[in-house]
Amino acid sequence: MSSQVRFTDFKSDKQPTWCPGCGDFGTMNGMMKALAETGNDPDNTFIVAGIGCSGKIGTYMHSYALHGVHGRALPVGTGVKMARPDLEVMVAGGDGDGYSIGAGHFVHAVRRNVDMSYIVMDNRIYGLTKGQASPTSREDFETSTTPEGPKQPPVNPLALALAAGASFIAQSFSSDALRHQEIVQAAIEHDGFGFVNVYSPCVTFNDVDTYDYFRDSLVDLKEAGHDPNDHEAAKDVILDADKEYQGVIYRDENSVPYGAQHGLESDMSEIPDGAPEDATDLVREFY
Amino acid sequence: MAEDLNWAIGGEAGDGIDSTGKIFAQALSRAGRHVFTSKDFASRIRGGYTAYKIRTSVDDVRSVVDRLDILVALTQRTIDENVDELHEGSAIIYDGERSWEAEIPEGVAAVDVPLKSLAEEAGGAIMRNVVALGAACAITDFDVAYLDESLEKRFGGKGSKIVGNNREAARLGQEYVEENYELDLGYELETTDSDYVLLNGDEAIGMGALAAGCRYYAGYPITPATNVMEYLTGRIERYGGHVVQAEDELSAINMALGAARAGARAMTATSGPGIDLMAETFGLVATSETPLVIVDVMRSGPSTGMPTKQEQGDLNMTLYGGHGEIPRFVIAPTTIAECFWKTVEAFNYAEKYQTPVYLVADLALAVTERTFPPEAFDMDAVEIDRGRLIDESEVGEWLDEKGRFRAHADTDDGVSPRAIPGTTDAAHMSTGLEHDELGRRTEQEEIRVQQVDKRYRKVETAREREEWACREFGDPDAETLVISWGSNEGAIREAMELLAADGIDVRFLSVPYVFPRPDLTADVEAAEDVIVVECNATGQFADLIEHDTLTRVKRVTKYTGVRFKANELAEEIAAAIATEVTA
Repeated sequence: MSSQVRFTDFKSDKQPTWCPGCGDFGTMNGMMKALAETGNDPDNTFIVAGIGCSGKIGTYMHSYALHGVHGRALPVGTGVKMARPDLEVMVAGGDGDGYSIGAGHFVHAVRRNVDMSYIVMDNRIYGLTKGQASPTSREDFETSTTPEGPKQPPVNPLALALAAGASFIAQSFSSDALRHQEIVQAAIEHDGFGFVNVYSPCVTFNDVDTYDYFRDSLVDLKEAGHDPNDHEAAKDVILDADKEYQGVIYRDENSVPYGAQHGLESDMSEIPDGAPEDATDLVREFY
Repeated sequence: MAEDLNWAIGGEAGDGIDSTGKIFAQALSRAGRHVFTSKDFASRIRGGYTAYKIRTSVDDVRSVVDRLDILVALTQRTIDENVDELHEGSAIIYDGERSWEAEIPEGVAAVDVPLKSLAEEAGGAIMRNVVALGAACAITDFDVAYLDESLEKRFGGKGSKIVGNNREAARLGQEYVEENYELDLGYELETTDSDYVLLNGDEAIGMGALAAGCRYYAGYPITPATNVMEYLTGRIERYGGHVVQAEDELSAINMALGAARAGARAMTATSGPGIDLMAETFGLVATSETPLVIVDVMRSGPSTGMPTKQEQGDLNMTLYGGHGEIPRFVIAPTTIAECFWKTVEAFNYAEKYQTPVYLVADLALAVTERTFPPEAFDMDAVEIDRGRLIDESEVGEWLDEKGRFRAHADTDDGVSPRAIPGTTDAAHMSTGLEHDELGRRTEQEEIRVQQVDKRYRKVETAREREEWACREFGDPDAETLVISWGSNEGAIREAMELLAADGIDVRFLSVPYVFPRPDLTADVEAAEDVIVVECNATGQFADLIEHDTLTRVKRVTKYTGVRFKANELAEEIAAAIATEVTA
């Protein structure tokens, strides 16, 4: 790969099958631009994608990638980064993948603080299975499986992350291209687990959380002068149920990622042709 | 075989039974004696009943018998649990000053030693078990000095004073028995100049992984596989590797998969309940053609079953688990030393054939310690074959007309080139979706068939290229053929000696490969009686033999939760010969 990497180098020649107008187009563009802008190229980038509309992103981007099992994208990314600290690892998925079937992994990935980014395309709906409630669907959101709405409060992924001790929490909107790219870039550059919840509207199955809704209701934290290093201020933003926010909500400047905590520096793919030189010491221990 | 001695210490969980037993086992090993240990234990931290048993001889010992010669009993329950194994001439060492009134079976020598008081004399009541070890030395005419080294090994980290106190405790126990008892039970433990190592199956798997270049282990604690993880922790780092404790087994296998995609030799280990969760990812490992070693240390199921008991019930799970059709290898080591070698093999097969390899061990292997000459783990003999792992210079050969890397190229032997991340111009995606050579989703019939065939062709290639041999014992022309898999090998070999003494000759094939496996049709056809021995209720391996050979076989199964013992096996095999085969 030449030293001049353009964001289109991260694009595969496969045409997306997302519905026209899907928020995931904008989300993906911002991810590609942010990767190029931070000096990465497809050969040193590993993308892990979950299952669902958002999970198709691995196919439409060009890099080393694994499109795995529903809900388990974060553990895969964790293994890649631990084995190969030299790689840029980005995990992408949807709200169902990350906050429902994979919710357990989400909490522990946040705690673990592995130096990778996690981009969640949150459309508050299950799109690929044609319109069922997701963990972030509103309480009264009527779907084929919840005719009167889920009647349970939506998951607040930002609050989950905060409670689990996140070192970086951000939220963006796929249609605000510049700001979205900037936020993803900050997640990549963060030393630790860079979590971005992206409002990525589903134009086919969600007629409530629409482009217009987000455009009208989003408060831009940068413009509002929010200080992402202020944990208390971050908490206020995250627990504010009346507004939607975009921007870097919290960033721990002193974050020490998992790899540094555990002294992971080696490229684990490199091994000798036989047993390690001092391997007989291992046997001797059993005398 | 030279005369063996069967010794045990039993008490409540939390009494230090395990570490005391291990100290004695190590001392016997240092004295050049072979040792085979087993444990009775429950899934609890304190209370209940737990025992550590040692069988020792100057000859190799490969199994347990139901005879107990010397028992250190810290509780009455220890005596009750073992009453059937005690015999005239057995000895029980106990502390008569303790609150319980020991009921000693008739004919058994009661050796009442004030364990606690003598331990206090040596520096602390906590050393009462070591006093009992000294007493055992006196009964067996075994030099108490052999305990010194293993006490150093166990307590060296706590300072020389602690080590010294323990040595004193052992000597007080020995002297007390010598001064107060005149026992002539005929137990004399000979020593030899041989050097042995003493280890269990989990440790052998862990050491095999390190020898094979495993650099990444992700796991979730579960009996009886946790010891693999504990062994690797603190050792794998020396080679630049890492052990991570995942939040569950779903995560563990996916972490290991991620590390393997990144190019590391990676492994996870679990037991039944964990293998159920991991099954979700089996198919992805196979379709993404990722080399991964998955260890299942079987225990008694189903569900939570009997977590600290033996069973070989997961054969079908490892062979068939996961939806769809999954090409895989299933290897079952038959001894503790083989746990080491089969782990090395598993890593090579995983990389050569880019598919999951299941290493299926069991509780009987995992918690048993056995002595081996150190040459049994000859590190110079470890070979590493990374298969079709390519570097940048070779990428060009595998690009399509548009310069895209064919990560799942359809080849003559089914094996595609493997380029790990960072390899220039070989960036590609792999997926659990059916895909084309580039790794991109497809539902085209021709490509679907091509990729399924290609993945299974790897198994056919392996079948031809590799040696899938049985370990064979006994008289090759015997009319009776015994077939078994996994850890029963030792008990069967010893049962054969007992049968031979009764004039029954047996040919024994110990099969370490479940899939691909050797074709035993000719062997089965040549035999008068075919008996398949395994530790489960239904005879899962017997089903496979019948399927392969189209011949009904006799089944000897055991699912009490306790491993086979040589003498009971000899009886069951003799009984099976006498019965008709049933359809």
